[in-house]
Amino acid sequence: MSAAASSRPKLAVWKFASCDGCQLSLLDCEDELLAVADAIEIANFAEATRRVVDGPYDLSLVEGSITTAHDAGRIREVRAQSKYLVTIGACATAGGIQALRNWQDVGEMASVVYAKPEYLETLATSTPIAHHVPVDFELRGCPVNKHQLVEVVLAFLHRRKPLVSAHSVCVECKLRGNPCVMVAHGTPCLGPVTQAGCGAICPAYNRGCYGCFGPMESPNPAALSSQWTAMGVPDRDILRAYRSYNGYAPPFREESDRHEP
Amino acid sequence: MTTEPPVLLLREHFDTLLEALARRGYKVVGPTVSEGTIVYDEVSRAEDLPVGWTDEQEGGRYRLKRRDDAALFGYAVGAQSWKQYLHPPRLRLVKADRDASGRMSFSDGDDAEPERYAFLGVRSCELHAMTIQDRVFLGSGVADTHYERRRKRVFSIGVSCGVAGGTCFCVSMGTGPQVTDRTPHDLALTEVIEEERHYFILTAGSDEGREVLAGLPVTPAGETEVSAAKQRVDQTAATMGRRMNAEGVRELLLENLEHPRWDDVAQRCLTCANCTLVCPTCFCTTVEDVADLTGDHAERWRRWDSCFTLDFTWMHGGSARQSGKSRYRQWLTHKLSTWHDQFGSSGCVGCGRCITWCPVGIDLTQEIAAFRDHPITPSPSQP
Repeated sequence: MSAAASSRPKLAVWKFASCDGCQLSLLDCEDELLAVADAIEIANFAEATRRVVDGPYDLSLVEGSITTAHDAGRIREVRAQSKYLVTIGACATAGGIQALRNWQDVGEMASVVYAKPEYLETLATSTPIAHHVPVDFELRGCPVNKHQLVEVVLAFLHRRKPLVSAHSVCVECKLRGNPCVMVAHGTPCLGPVTQAGCGAICPAYNRGCYGCFGPMESPNPAALSSQWTAMGVPDRDILRAYRSYNGYAPPFREESDRHEP
Repeated sequence: MTTEPPVLLLREHFDTLLEALARRGYKVVGPTVSEGTIVYDEVSRAEDLPVGWTDEQEGGRYRLKRRDDAALFGYAVGAQSWKQYLHPPRLRLVKADRDASGRMSFSDGDDAEPERYAFLGVRSCELHAMTIQDRVFLGSGVADTHYERRRKRVFSIGVSCGVAGGTCFCVSMGTGPQVTDRTPHDLALTEVIEEERHYFILTAGSDEGREVLAGLPVTPAGETEVSAAKQRVDQTAATMGRRMNAEGVRELLLENLEHPRWDDVAQRCLTCANCTLVCPTCFCTTVEDVADLTGDHAERWRRWDSCFTLDFTWMHGGSARQSGKSRYRQWLTHKLSTWHDQFGSSGCVGCGRCITWCPVGIDLTQEIAAFRDHPITPSPSQP
């Protein structure tokens, strides 16, 4: 056990460019959260309490991507103060939906959107935390699955590897008894190239997978796209399907680029 | 076995079979339509079955279509296999608890009495698949008790097929379409629809099946009716959607382990694991331990896994089968080749599910044909 064995380990939750949804998943744990709060000192969690306990921290959960020079510096401070750093969610692990800027001219967009773009201080790109500092574990999802989040915290407390599978969503569909929406309904589905973790929610309600958990362990998007093309999905829609919350994750990024006009 | 003459049950009396099974304490599961597919679920009356539906199956494609009659079993095979009941997707194996003094106690995690299922509408290929899984789970001398407890309670009603699916190749594998005494079953039936009559020809395959039959409003089947049933099954056998030359396939694959076709199929394979999960004989699992926050209560769960996941061969240092090529090759060579060495038969029953339910329609019958058409010529013996 660590030095924290005598006292409760300190948990900090940090926000970077994000919607707060992943942090809210932690609040959404409700019953489990009370038990977590017994086992862990919540030392810094702005969504939950104004009380801030100084670092260093035993476990930092980091939400959001790096989109400003200020945040690029701040994540280094967080890393320096954290024994373990776990990124949570698509923004922190892949750059998030805001990484769509990586394909655009940010200056040009800012001039269209903002009356006074000169007040903006922003980087040209949105990048995952792991591009800036070493990360101990990446928890995927947009948002993360609260059960997986509790599992990561539990694994940290018990000093074991988190039980988070990297295989396809298809495995979850089959465990759940969902017939394949792509095969049975002709619905384009990203499930075969997407990492499990959501419990195959969308296919269970007859929707194709949107890829919220990012690329699975050994994705073959080119093969999936060939099938989508054969099903009549136009290139533009294939590009958009890959270029969403996890669009900047390399396998999805490269596949979306292949379908550029 | 089926020595008695077959009997005839009229469609309007079909519910009496379901009622008889329910009276004997069985939960009847059979084909039913859900979300545009035929799945296995609880059924209590004939109307719960896919009345008047059939399935169109192709590589990576499945669609339900209306038939022009009211057949109960007018389709090929459903999306899932019966293994979900005998070898559940998730199963708790062990419960472990630690008391205040720190003492650990362990108990059986699979402690609930398993359901007594009557499987209605088991195809011949599926009966063969169950026989194969029997060898896997019970045949090695050390029985899998979880499987055994479920399996021995099952009452199975086989159905000989009146229609061949687009991806069916049971004839190639010698596993259908006629339900025979080669596979244990309690009852077997064949559906016949004529202009004036809709009936089933039934035979008993066990003492319990015979008892059930004795309580039904059946009449002796005439020669014409028996031959009408046989004709339908013969017609099915003649119209298989796929075929595979299974002769010598064990050696064919082992002689072609470095064939370029493996690279070709790896280009198309998603490594998504669907083929293994829909396969009625694939049995691989992983084991996961879960504990609560205090660490005082833990459970060990077994769940379906697949040779297509990286974790499946994860050892210290990483996964043994990194490439999609090595994973597809492992699956196909095990299924059709080394299964013979391990369990004394092929692991494939020709149900076609791995073809239909592969999202990109990879077809093992085509892969085998490719190896046959262009085998790597065995190199002349080295000096």
